[in-house]
Amino acid sequence: MRSRGHFRKNVYPSPFHSRLEPLNKLKEWGRWHDYLSADTYICDSKEYFAVRNTCAVFDLTPMEKTRVTGPDAFAYLDRLLTRSVEKVKPGRVGYCVWCDDNGRLLDDGTLFHLHEGDYRLCSLHPQLDWMLTSAIGFDVDIRVETHEVAALAFQGPTSCAVLRKMGLDDIENLKPFGIKHYAFAGTELMVSRTGYSGDLGYELWIDPSAAEDLWDRLFEAGELHGIMPFGGNALDLVRIEAGLLLCGKDFLPADGTVRPERTRSPFELGLDWLVDLSKPCFNGRQALLEEKKNGSRYNFVKLDIDGNKPANDSFIMLQNKTTVGHVTSAMWSPSAKANIAFASLEAPYGQVGEEFLAEIYYQRELKWTRVLAPCRVIDHNFFEPPRRRMTPAPDF
Amino acid sequence: MTDSKRIVIVGGGHNGLVCAAYLAKKGREVMVVEAAEQVGGAAVTREFTPGFKVSSCAHLLYLMDAGISRELGLETHGLRFARQDLATVALAADGKHLTYTTTAVSGGDVSADDRAAYPKYRRRMEKFSDVLAKLYTREPPRLGTHNRKDLMSAARLALDIRLLGRDDMREFLRIAGINMFDILEEQFDSALLKGALSLDGMLGGSLGPRSNNGVFAALHRLSGQVGGTRGALALPAGGMGSVTAALAQAAQMNGATIRTSSPVASILMDGDHVCGVELEGGEKIDAGIVVSNADPRTTLFDLLGARHLEAGIVRRVSNIRMSGKAAKLNLALNGAPEFTGLGADQLGERLVIAPDLVYVEHAFNHSKYGEHSVEPVMEITIPTVHDTTLAPSGQHVLSAVVQYAPYDLKGGWDEAARTAFTNQCMEVLGRYAPKIREQVMHTELMTPVDIEREFRITGGHWHHGELTLDQALMLRPVPGLAQYKTPVGGLYLCGAGSHPGGGVMGAAGRNAAAAVLSGE
Ligand SMILES: Cc1cc2nc3c(=O)[nH]c(=O)nc-3n(C[C@H](O)[C@H](O)[C@H](O)COP(=O)(O)OP(=O)(O)OC[C@H]3O[C@@H](n4cnc5c(N)ncnc54)[C@H](O)[C@@H]3O)c2cc1C
Repeated sequence: MRSRGHFRKNVYPSPFHSRLEPLNKLKEWGRWHDYLSADTYICDSKEYFAVRNTCAVFDLTPMEKTRVTGPDAFAYLDRLLTRSVEKVKPGRVGYCVWCDDNGRLLDDGTLFHLHEGDYRLCSLHPQLDWMLTSAIGFDVDIRVETHEVAALAFQGPTSCAVLRKMGLDDIENLKPFGIKHYAFAGTELMVSRTGYSGDLGYELWIDPSAAEDLWDRLFEAGELHGIMPFGGNALDLVRIEAGLLLCGKDFLPADGTVRPERTRSPFELGLDWLVDLSKPCFNGRQALLEEKKNGSRYNFVKLDIDGNKPANDSFIMLQNKTTVGHVTSAMWSPSAKANIAFASLEAPYGQVGEEFLAEIYYQRELKWTRVLAPCRVIDHNFFEPPRRRMTPAPDF
Repeated sequence: MTDSKRIVIVGGGHNGLVCAAYLAKKGREVMVVEAAEQVGGAAVTREFTPGFKVSSCAHLLYLMDAGISRELGLETHGLRFARQDLATVALAADGKHLTYTTTAVSGGDVSADDRAAYPKYRRRMEKFSDVLAKLYTREPPRLGTHNRKDLMSAARLALDIRLLGRDDMREFLRIAGINMFDILEEQFDSALLKGALSLDGMLGGSLGPRSNNGVFAALHRLSGQVGGTRGALALPAGGMGSVTAALAQAAQMNGATIRTSSPVASILMDGDHVCGVELEGGEKIDAGIVVSNADPRTTLFDLLGARHLEAGIVRRVSNIRMSGKAAKLNLALNGAPEFTGLGADQLGERLVIAPDLVYVEHAFNHSKYGEHSVEPVMEITIPTVHDTTLAPSGQHVLSAVVQYAPYDLKGGWDEAARTAFTNQCMEVLGRYAPKIREQVMHTELMTPVDIEREFRITGGHWHHGELTLDQALMLRPVPGLAQYKTPVGGLYLCGAGSHPGGGVMGAAGRNAAAAVLSGE
């Protein structure tokens, strides 16, 4: 695919396209970098409920995948990422973020420690420029392998049962954030217990030549377990319930942001747990040490809002109507039966339990209405079923 | 973290020695660790063939900070001058040379208009370079902070420019970023005068007369004083090495120790703080603070390792333009050379070969494409005219900065390229001193590649990095490193790569010492 003339084609069908196409009842495709990608296959809520109640498949192939190998792979990643990479042992996956020198987020992603010293970093957006810049002085090999790996997110309560039925031995004993390798159709299928849904779920990684095979086997096994594809819109709903951030929505990549006050540090996104200041050097450390000392500009919070009108794009106000922030993501959560949102508030606002007003505009039969809905800062995820972490993973 | 109180200075170039002397003077335990057999860096006198000594790189002293000479007592430590007031002779092939000093121009076919314009040009340039000189003795402000010190020093710069008066301020802002060609064309008629003056902006840099930043470089060159005269040119007795010998003595008398032949292999880290250095032989020296006189890229990439810095700063350091274009040609001569039309009394002045602006521009053009000049420009001194200690009696040394000899010559500086360039230089010299070839007993050509190898300066660059507005003041060597202190705990820079830049001046060394002391 990365051949000359690649630009002429502009956007590509994913290796699963022949299977996705008939299932895409709306025949509408969006794009995610180089690929056709569907926001909706048939109906957002139907897809959402499949993820939450049975299982559903999301085509993850367009996700940027960068392979990092070589003698300095560990040292390189430990300097690139704000977290401790030491803790991501071989066969494990870690959530991570990375910053520029100003300690502002460039993107978030997952780091797969495939084999000792052999890593794959997955991110929403291409990171090659920054990854190569960061490689100066390290003996590492950095290779974008986005197009060489077909990937599916397979999420939902029945996902483990389906994989077992497919013949993936011992899959129920794979721990959250663990990786297993299986022989499959003459190649290797990699399964990680990861995902963006906050529920039991897996991600499946395979050579594109075996992509259709994988899809067919999965759908065959899943037929009686309610399997169906889900698109970007349903994914956005489940990730909000799961308390997971989306680059471009909850924060902007610092290298594409003109106004410095619009960028965010990990602390300003509630990601303190992903920052290991005890590491002697990583990108952004100096600035983050300063921030720790002087205080952050913003707090990122989860809000539980009264009523049932989603607080998309709302201003968040004090009781006296002073604006102190805005909502970045919001939805009515059918699973939590709650009106939920993420918001970025000016520090020091945003302590757990603090109460604010969300200024919500909504329309009913062409009539706009404004409500100031009371809301409060909570510290738990909206949706977090125990099966998410249970090992062995339960059957449903 | 080490509890060592020792300050190790990596490199005993003149800036390292100045820094050492100031720190030792304040009672700090200082050790200078120099790779070469002798201290001095690019400000050094070496025997290049038996019986003949020469200032290997830098040969003229015009930037040395008077305050430093006084405060460190360089004269009591043996610094003497063979001459303090060299004139410049712009050589003409027909022998109608033109001579200028800091106050007047004469000879050649120079017009009355040019004679009148020259002192005005000179005074104005000196006035402007004064603005720079004031900045040179202090740490440049950081931009975008609200720190009081930064705001004050930015305000002082603005005030210094404002105090030039309305017309001069306007003129300063007009010309500071532009090229020598335009301002010389505005002021003078004489092609020879314009060619020679343009070199003030070209020597040591990657610029031709039409390149922007030339005026800035010329102002830098004029910003120093010798014997109280702005822009004066001096020849230290015994060559440039006596300046650094005096500095070494000053440092030692204040209690610093100096180790030569001790190349540092790496700067040692404990967590995010330096804890010493390791020599190439494996010996480790503890230190709570390490100050590096090596250029920024050598220091941060080769000695420290980029992995100890954040990626943004690494990118900036890797983008510093530091590819040298100045070579040095040193000749041992069996007698005094004869330049057509030049009296013996003028042989000891600064002689330049830059007959007109277009000649200089052509010489530069080659270097843009990885070629050396076919007709190089030259800045020549014959120090033996004033200083008999450098060569056997009756014999002479000719020391010439020759440009343009790009570091990254296409095909590399192999023997054939060296011979070809030397021949070009001799051919050009021969136009002015027809019999000189027969007088040559020994030739030493130091290309930027040789300078890099022998003096450990990346790219063999005169200033340890181009001295242009985008790499000057608070941007030198790169934003985030301009206050001498690096982001690495206990690591400082003190060489020419830092503000205010290269030339034998010592300001970077002294400012770095102040930064170390204020950081304690
Ligand atoms: C051809 C040429 C002609 C010049 N002519 C003039 C002139 O006429 N007048 C003028 O004022 N300026 C001139 N200059 C510029 C001037 O020489 C330099 O700008 C100045 O000498 C730089 O001084 P410094 O102390 O900062 O660095 P340097 O003189 O480069 O000193 C750095 C020292 O660090 C040492 N070092 C580096 N790495 C290590 C290591 N790993 N371990 C231990 N030691 C190390 C080096 O050996 C060196 O001694 C000229 C430069 C060149 C190249």
